[in-house]
Amino acid sequence: MATADRVTIDGNEATVNVAYRLSELCAIYPITPSSTMAELADDWAAKKRTNIFGTIPTVIEMQSEGGAAGALHGSLQGGALGTTFTASQGLLLMIPNMYKIAGELTSAVIHVAARSLAAQGLSIFGDHQDVMAVRQTGFALLSSGSVQEAHDLALVAHAATLRTRVPFVHFFDGFRTSHELNTIDLLDDEVLKALIPESLVHEHRMRSLSPERPFVRGTAQNPDVYFQARETVNPFYARTPGIVQECMDLLAEQVGRAYHLVEYAGDPEAERVVVVMGSGGETVEETVNHLNASGEKVGVIRVRLYRPFPVAELVAALPRTAKVVGVLDRTKEPGSNGEPLYLDAVAALSGAFADGTLESMPRIVGGRYGLSSKEFTPAMVAGVYAALAQERPPTGFTIGIHDDVGGTSLDYDPAFDIEDDQTLRAVFFGLGSDGTVGANKNTIKILGEDPNRFAQAYFVYDSKKSGGSTISHLRFGPHPIKAPYLVNTAGFVGCHHFGLIDKLDVLGLARPGGVLLLDAPMAAGEVWDALSRQAQEQIVAKDLQVYAIDAGTVARNAGLPGRTNTVLQTCFFAISGVLPRDEAIEEIKKSIRKSYGRRGQEVVRRNEAAVDAALEHLHRIEVPDEASSQRNPRPIVADDAPEFVKSVTAAMMGGRGDALPVSAMPVDGTYPSGTTKYEKRRISDLVAEWDPKGCIQCGNCAFVCPHSVIRSKFYPAVALDAAPASFESAPLNAAGLPESRYTLQVYAEDCTGCGLCVEACPVTPIPGSSRKAINLTDVTDSLDQRIENVGFFETIPHNERARVDFGTVRGAQFLEPLFEFSGACNGCGETPYLKLLSQLFGDRLTVANATGCSSIYGGNLPTTPWARNAQGRGPAWSNSLFEDNAEFGLGLQMASDLHTQLAQQRLSAMREEIGAALVDEILTAPQIRESELAAQRARVDEMLRRLEGVEGPMAEDLRSVADHLVRRSVWIVGGDGWAYDIGSGGLDHVLASGRNVNILVMDTEVYSNTGGQSSKATPIAAVAKFASAGKTIAKKDLALQAVAYGSVYVARVAFGADPQQTLRAFREAEAYDGTSIVIAYSHCIAHGIEMSKGLEQQKRAVNSAHWPLMRYDPKVRERGQNPFFLDSPRPTIPLSDYIYKELRYRMLKASAPEEAERLLEMAQQAVDQRWATYEEMATREAAQFLPDSRKKD
Amino acid sequence: MDLHTSYLGLPLRSPLLASASPLSQTADGVRELADAGVGAVVLYSLFEEQIRLQELRDFEVSAMHEDSFGEATSYFPEVELGTDGATPYLKHLENCVAAVDIPVIASLNGSSLDGWSDMAKRMESAGAAAIEVNPYAVPGNLDVSSSGIEERHVEIVQTVKAAVGVPVAMKLSPFFSATGAMCRQLDEAGVDGLVLFNRFLQPDIDIETLEVHPAVSLSAPNEAGLARTWVAILRGRVQASLAATTGVETGADVAKYLLAGADVVMTASALLRHGPGYAAVLLAELAAWMERKQYATVDAFRGLLAVGTGVDASGYERAGYVAALTHAKETYGDFLIRD
Repeated sequence: MATADRVTIDGNEATVNVAYRLSELCAIYPITPSSTMAELADDWAAKKRTNIFGTIPTVIEMQSEGGAAGALHGSLQGGALGTTFTASQGLLLMIPNMYKIAGELTSAVIHVAARSLAAQGLSIFGDHQDVMAVRQTGFALLSSGSVQEAHDLALVAHAATLRTRVPFVHFFDGFRTSHELNTIDLLDDEVLKALIPESLVHEHRMRSLSPERPFVRGTAQNPDVYFQARETVNPFYARTPGIVQECMDLLAEQVGRAYHLVEYAGDPEAERVVVVMGSGGETVEETVNHLNASGEKVGVIRVRLYRPFPVAELVAALPRTAKVVGVLDRTKEPGSNGEPLYLDAVAALSGAFADGTLESMPRIVGGRYGLSSKEFTPAMVAGVYAALAQERPPTGFTIGIHDDVGGTSLDYDPAFDIEDDQTLRAVFFGLGSDGTVGANKNTIKILGEDPNRFAQAYFVYDSKKSGGSTISHLRFGPHPIKAPYLVNTAGFVGCHHFGLIDKLDVLGLARPGGVLLLDAPMAAGEVWDALSRQAQEQIVAKDLQVYAIDAGTVARNAGLPGRTNTVLQTCFFAISGVLPRDEAIEEIKKSIRKSYGRRGQEVVRRNEAAVDAALEHLHRIEVPDEASSQRNPRPIVADDAPEFVKSVTAAMMGGRGDALPVSAMPVDGTYPSGTTKYEKRRISDLVAEWDPKGCIQCGNCAFVCPHSVIRSKFYPAVALDAAPASFESAPLNAAGLPESRYTLQVYAEDCTGCGLCVEACPVTPIPGSSRKAINLTDVTDSLDQRIENVGFFETIPHNERARVDFGTVRGAQFLEPLFEFSGACNGCGETPYLKLLSQLFGDRLTVANATGCSSIYGGNLPTTPWARNAQGRGPAWSNSLFEDNAEFGLGLQMASDLHTQLAQQRLSAMREEIGAALVDEILTAPQIRESELAAQRARVDEMLRRLEGVEGPMAEDLRSVADHLVRRSVWIVGGDGWAYDIGSGGLDHVLASGRNVNILVMDTEVYSNTGGQSSKATPIAAVAKFASAGKTIAKKDLALQAVAYGSVYVARVAFGADPQQTLRAFREAEAYDGTSIVIAYSHCIAHGIEMSKGLEQQKRAVNSAHWPLMRYDPKVRERGQNPFFLDSPRPTIPLSDYIYKELRYRMLKASAPEEAERLLEMAQQAVDQRWATYEEMATREAAQFLPDSRKKD
Repeated sequence: MDLHTSYLGLPLRSPLLASASPLSQTADGVRELADAGVGAVVLYSLFEEQIRLQELRDFEVSAMHEDSFGEATSYFPEVELGTDGATPYLKHLENCVAAVDIPVIASLNGSSLDGWSDMAKRMESAGAAAIEVNPYAVPGNLDVSSSGIEERHVEIVQTVKAAVGVPVAMKLSPFFSATGAMCRQLDEAGVDGLVLFNRFLQPDIDIETLEVHPAVSLSAPNEAGLARTWVAILRGRVQASLAATTGVETGADVAKYLLAGADVVMTASALLRHGPGYAAVLLAELAAWMERKQYATVDAFRGLLAVGTGVDASGYERAGYVAALTHAKETYGDFLIRD
């Protein structure tokens, strides 16, 4: 038997570790939670790691999963061993090719981190909806329930597909398995070779297309033969289960780990049996062992091969004593007669009963669990077995939720616990930016290295990209850990950010008598008094041992401000005693050198210094006998919040969303707008502060603020009579309003301290000082005052839109943002554009938002930033998919056009009832300027008033579409992954549609949301995931492509470089009666810059001509003038001055200096040539551009 | 004319060296300098502190976003960056060494003793013919005494010498209270060469914008006096090789330094001003002067106008004081230490 390397890795890595070694080609595309598999494959190929055949697999990123499937299909037909990795909608996009690959009996494996599908809402988390949606394609489906299984069965899938010619989907639960770190034994190459003899590879190659032995595959077939031809494959499918078992047996011979197509565990005479697939099987099996030990007679059948369905094996596995079989599906099929695994089991068992294999037919019921990574715990399993014991066990049940609508949910006792006492459990609450998760990954790897110890870790992340919290769940002990669910009682609880103890149920997870480690920014003697009363009571009641350290100060003194992870990791080891102290410190340092070594000696040195300094600052806190604090945590939302926010949103915000019943949920995914304003996150102590004396009221800071926390109003001085004493105000410096006052209000609780406003401020009131007229300041001691000021500011009416000059940045600051306080990254480069969109057109705006960063910070529950104004109007927002956003938005526009036309028709038809003059005015009035729109709104209101009391179908119809008489503004919004890659075809089609729709591409030049993968917007010479050796192909010039149509308004903007041009382009685009596209430079964390310098970097992008500002306006051509406006000055700096300010470019310089030099030269050449082209275009005659040939009404 | 000379024990084909400047930032640039006839090239300086700070900044901008959001646990690929931020410099050094057949001298500005020795070793491994240590710093810390600074210089020389087998030169600031004594201490500490002197890029002030700007100015011939004086004084009084730098514009300036006693003459400003090919012009002018003066070799006139070692030191200070001083003043200008 081969000896094995023991490692602690996650399910994605475990899978790709095998898949990579067995493949010649990986066609990849990023999608959560499978992206890591593609990233690792790409990384290894870049590092020239070979497969077992001695070659380096080709790893190619495609433009979509559909593209990846096409490339996979082609490579297979070409005889290569191909694979791909995907999830969710990605797998759905592969379906057409999957039918082809299977229909042609082609050996292939698709590895899937199984994930929910976007239905009423998108979810990145795990269940089986995606794999169940491909069960009919002809692919075999093989399921892994743990990290070790994912590793082993990946091999079985590759081995079986070559033997059976049936292609395989190998899947495991997204996040729960794909992201769980667990200790596993690695298969070495010899084992892989033993299961994949080269002869099978050669046979696969011989089936490929070759001009040396030509044939035709992929014919079109007619009614005479298609049917028969479809039936030819039956023997192959019939053989498959047996062959898969043979492969499993071969694996067992090699490594001793035995697997079966279906596997029974439990009492041989069990009366109640659960059938389950995936990681849930681990939980059920462990619970079964526990229940049987206490005298029950229960069992579980774990299904590993789901297609072809192993009927005989399932029937054979079922104890004949079984009276009730409960089949658990991790999917939902609305309207069906049961979920797929249940129906398969019913068919299998009833078939067996019918043919006599099964002498008696047990009662079979089905239920659902675990959708979207909903916890599936031993307590829930026990609840299921209890339900199966009922005289009439329910079917179609759910477990793990409270379904008070359909009554489907089973009861269970959440306190039921089966965990092994020898397994130590620890939970850590941290902030995303403090490195807690990274340190815990290292901790678990350190602990997992001991051959006598097993370790597991799983991490729960916040849905916000800035200031979010993380919860790390760690287990370790002497036995293998089969617990794919969160820790619910921990002997050690680390709270790595003091504020979290008030926000989350940190202490609820602590075991009585356990340890609490607090990162407390105060002297040890003050810690107890700083706790809230509730926290103190819990500590006393649970008799917790409390330790505290001011980790922030220790880290800061070590030169690592904000990075408290290694300090707290050291404390954990010291307190828990899991390793001898010196050994632990040496191991931590070793892991620091390993993790941070490639980031430089100084990083290592400072982290080591933090470790060395940690323990002398660690203090045991004496716990009094009773609570003394008078402080209560502040309520999650204010009392004046709407009922839905208080009862539903607040529960999600407080981490109690799991307890919400079905009845609390909207039925169709519709949620109220503008809920971020109720979530006062207070994520930064440093907050912008206005200096009214120095301020020139230019509006730049408000314009660039990514979080809409800087607002301006002007108002009559008398309004200040009721102002709080600390409310600040200055005389308005605009002409014509001498008595008016001006206030720039910072919403301190919502400010993230990103500093873009400071960068944007042009004023240094004290010459020579670095202070601006807006500065970051610590507001810890003045927060209450600032909150009061915001409250007062909100009582001042918004300035009338018609009185504000929209055409200037200065004027735009007075427009109410209807996109506010999003959870985007601090200093995000995208959100200022969305805020501007909402300010300019918000009250008549419809947004079609491509999946990506903007759909996450724009639409991820619990709270969403698209808001409404005092009149109740505001952006209507929806996200369809990633790939179809342009088409989706076009659909919205067409619906709007249709209903506008309908309204106009009905209006014309009712001239007499309404009045001809008003009707004519409504039908012909211009609606470009704000004053015109306001007038139109007034006319429509008047029309509706006149329509009051008028009955009849015509009037009803008119009323239902009357709001379309005020011109709507439909914007198709998304990032470059959508616009340049997956949605490119649709985008191109919309550009060519001639429809009056607006497109905003927020170009971060990578797939930001999934972690910085290269797109066709990624510039040459930049390093990105999937382009780790530097992008060698130039960025697509989307602007020129759009210009080529002649009928599209095109602009390229960068708000940090020229806000005025941005503003102008947005307004022109919107006013243009045709298709318009605005391509917006969006600095991003994936660029590797200090986000507070984002504007400076935008200026460099423009000044180096990497991002030339331009506008193309077909209307200008119609007037006989050149429609191409080059808005930036000639380049003033070389490209290198721009790009080497960013880590993504410097990485290449550091890793491959010659290549970096070569690509820089190419990139400079590309920039120069494009500039020359633009300059030439800007000097052409109008006639040299294509005319706008659209038919004019 | 035979322009051969030696410096730091390295035989060189000419006494003109290209000192650290942007011209050596590419291998092609170094090749051009070599083609123009320089005896050796000193690469631009590796500033350890800058590298460390950059590493930290890079760590901050990447690490603070890692493992904080479910969809993306990182935002950059795991690129092998070499061991640290010094790698690009060392790779560049390797390329330059491979590109030319003259010695390539690496220049180092360390920030810690460990950094000095570690970086110097890595430069040696990358093929540096010698290490020029460049403790460029404006000692803005008012608590640091002159003796502390001097001790630090000696410590650096000792550390780097102990770390590497290749020769080590030190580029000095002109701002020592006792430059001669400092040089002697360094000499005794084993330094193989002294490079006189460093020029400090001092910030300028824009009186319109009221901002401080980093100012870069090229040296001019009238700045050569100080270095020439010290070369003349040190010639024969220290074991270390002497390199003169600052204020070279013509072949005559090169000749003057050599007459004062320099083993080699370095220039960056002239080459930046006129292009790397200008080294050939300087050498041609030097050769023409030698021909005119009938010096067949550089050694034939090197140090002719140094302060003679035959002068009794105490006599130089006391008995021969006035004459020597007068001579020195006439020869080198009026800024020798007055009594």
